[in-house]
Amino acid sequence: MAVKTYDAGVKEYRDMYWTPDYVPLDTDLLACFKCTGQTGVPREEVAAAVAAESSTGTWSTVWSELLTDLEYYKGRAYRIEDVPGDRESFYAFVAYPIDLFEEGSIVNVLTSLVGNVFGFKALRHLRLEDIRFPIAYIKTCNGPPAGIQLERDRLNKYGRPMLGATIKPKLGLSAKNYGRAVYECLRSGLDMTKDDENVNSQPFMRWRDRFEFVGEAIQKAQAETGERKGHYLNVTAPDPEQMYERAAFAKEVGSPIIMHDFLTGGFTANTGLANWCRKNGMLLHIHRAMHAVIDRHPKHGIHFRVLAKCLRLSGGDHLHTGTVVGKLEGDRQSTLGYVDQLRESFVPEDRSRGVFFDQDWGSMPGVMAVASGGIHVWHMPALLAIFGDDSMLQFGGGTQGHPWGNAAGAAANRVALEACVKARNQGRDLEKEARDILTEAARHSPELAIAMETWKEIKFEFDTVDKLDVA
Amino acid sequence: MRTNSTVGDYQTAQTLETFGFLPKLTQDEIYDQIAYLIGNGWTPAIEHEHPSRSTDHYWTMWKLPFFGEQDMDRVMGEIDACHQAYPTHHVRLIGYDNYTQSQGVSFVVIEGRT
Repeated sequence: MAVKTYDAGVKEYRDMYWTPDYVPLDTDLLACFKCTGQTGVPREEVAAAVAAESSTGTWSTVWSELLTDLEYYKGRAYRIEDVPGDRESFYAFVAYPIDLFEEGSIVNVLTSLVGNVFGFKALRHLRLEDIRFPIAYIKTCNGPPAGIQLERDRLNKYGRPMLGATIKPKLGLSAKNYGRAVYECLRSGLDMTKDDENVNSQPFMRWRDRFEFVGEAIQKAQAETGERKGHYLNVTAPDPEQMYERAAFAKEVGSPIIMHDFLTGGFTANTGLANWCRKNGMLLHIHRAMHAVIDRHPKHGIHFRVLAKCLRLSGGDHLHTGTVVGKLEGDRQSTLGYVDQLRESFVPEDRSRGVFFDQDWGSMPGVMAVASGGIHVWHMPALLAIFGDDSMLQFGGGTQGHPWGNAAGAAANRVALEACVKARNQGRDLEKEARDILTEAARHSPELAIAMETWKEIKFEFDTVDKLDVA
Repeated sequence: MRTNSTVGDYQTAQTLETFGFLPKLTQDEIYDQIAYLIGNGWTPAIEHEHPSRSTDHYWTMWKLPFFGEQDMDRVMGEIDACHQAYPTHHVRLIGYDNYTQSQGVSFVVIEGRT
């Protein structure tokens, strides 16, 4: 064995961390970064710096390095690729040994991979595009409290997406009036309603009062329709103690599901809440406030597919994914790429969808994809074609903006959804025959006919800011 | 301005989950759904229950799931036979998906009368 001696000073990162001959192990955690270096810094040096700063390295050699086996613990930049259509940036692939990370801790993985390195001066921009979690690591995470299959069984909803709505206006309603809006949706065609993300426990409506009235709305709607209903009671709170207190009360009032904001609340809170839900037989709906701050810039930050993977590991039964067709940003291929990561047990590498690695999820339960934001009945055929059955389609304004009110709006959406499911099962092309399918369905539903008239001109056609990198 | 005379009244109704908001399916439309179920490689199964117990998770199975059944007429025949035997019960058709361990299809084909 070669003798190592301490040689103080600053070495080039690439001497130690650029290893193009390295063959990644099945147990390695792999990451793909999109790097934009400062002018004049060689690609290999940038890639090696990213590997070093996100694993064992620091800017200077230190004597205590010689007390451990850095060859075992270091991250390695093992491949560099051009970014199609972009001459200033490149992809760096880094392999991390599994023992760098605490078992079951998404917090620990992110603290390493997207920690100090993102502020590193030799980089102008840095974006974490994808992570391949080894199956050995995935087996240390508990994941979704229930998962798609168990949610369907509990709620008795099969062979179709579920329908929801976020209660509007977002802020300002009293608890009783809010419960009224929930009841009006649930006594008709919706399966679930949702607290808006910024509804927590404000002076106009404290959480306990909201939960009580909403609980009554759920029970009454279930008794009258014979269908199972729910409302995502948002338990996102200032501190974990209050979060758990709210979760326990949501269970007490009879909601089958609660809700959390995983980025503003944080992964520690989220994982804890997912564990609580598993123990208490509750479903967990996950909102993603703050994601666009992190994922929208094409050269800096973290791609949403990484955040989606992290959420599946941390735990959640629903996750917002954008709609492709509504008011919020989302490229179709890219969205399909991370929807697969939420729901499938194996996702192969597919650059046309922005998937950089094969990802084996093993037995981890799947997460329902939630499409929400600026969608209405005219979008229904496309939404079903894009998202398939294992999704939650949420029409907020598209339910409550109906000229006859929430119940009629909910019926319109349910009729449209079921007409589309029926047509798809009959082998019809949803997107090409959208108008015919909806028009036929509206003959039996005045609620749908009026909804179609109300929203016929509304479109959101802006170009996507964050596009997939293709030549 | 819209007046109340143009606003319709939505009456709450008992509905039976998937396809509960569509008009009763015609015989041809039921065949289309059976074809979809079989085409996906799922196993047809039939369940029935009295309407007063329709919210229970478990309905009574009609015989066993029809493993390997490819003949749409035979599935339709079993639905009719179940209805003959339990004329007051709801009858639903299920497609068991053994890969997801879920049901790819589940809807009430015949509504029982209370």
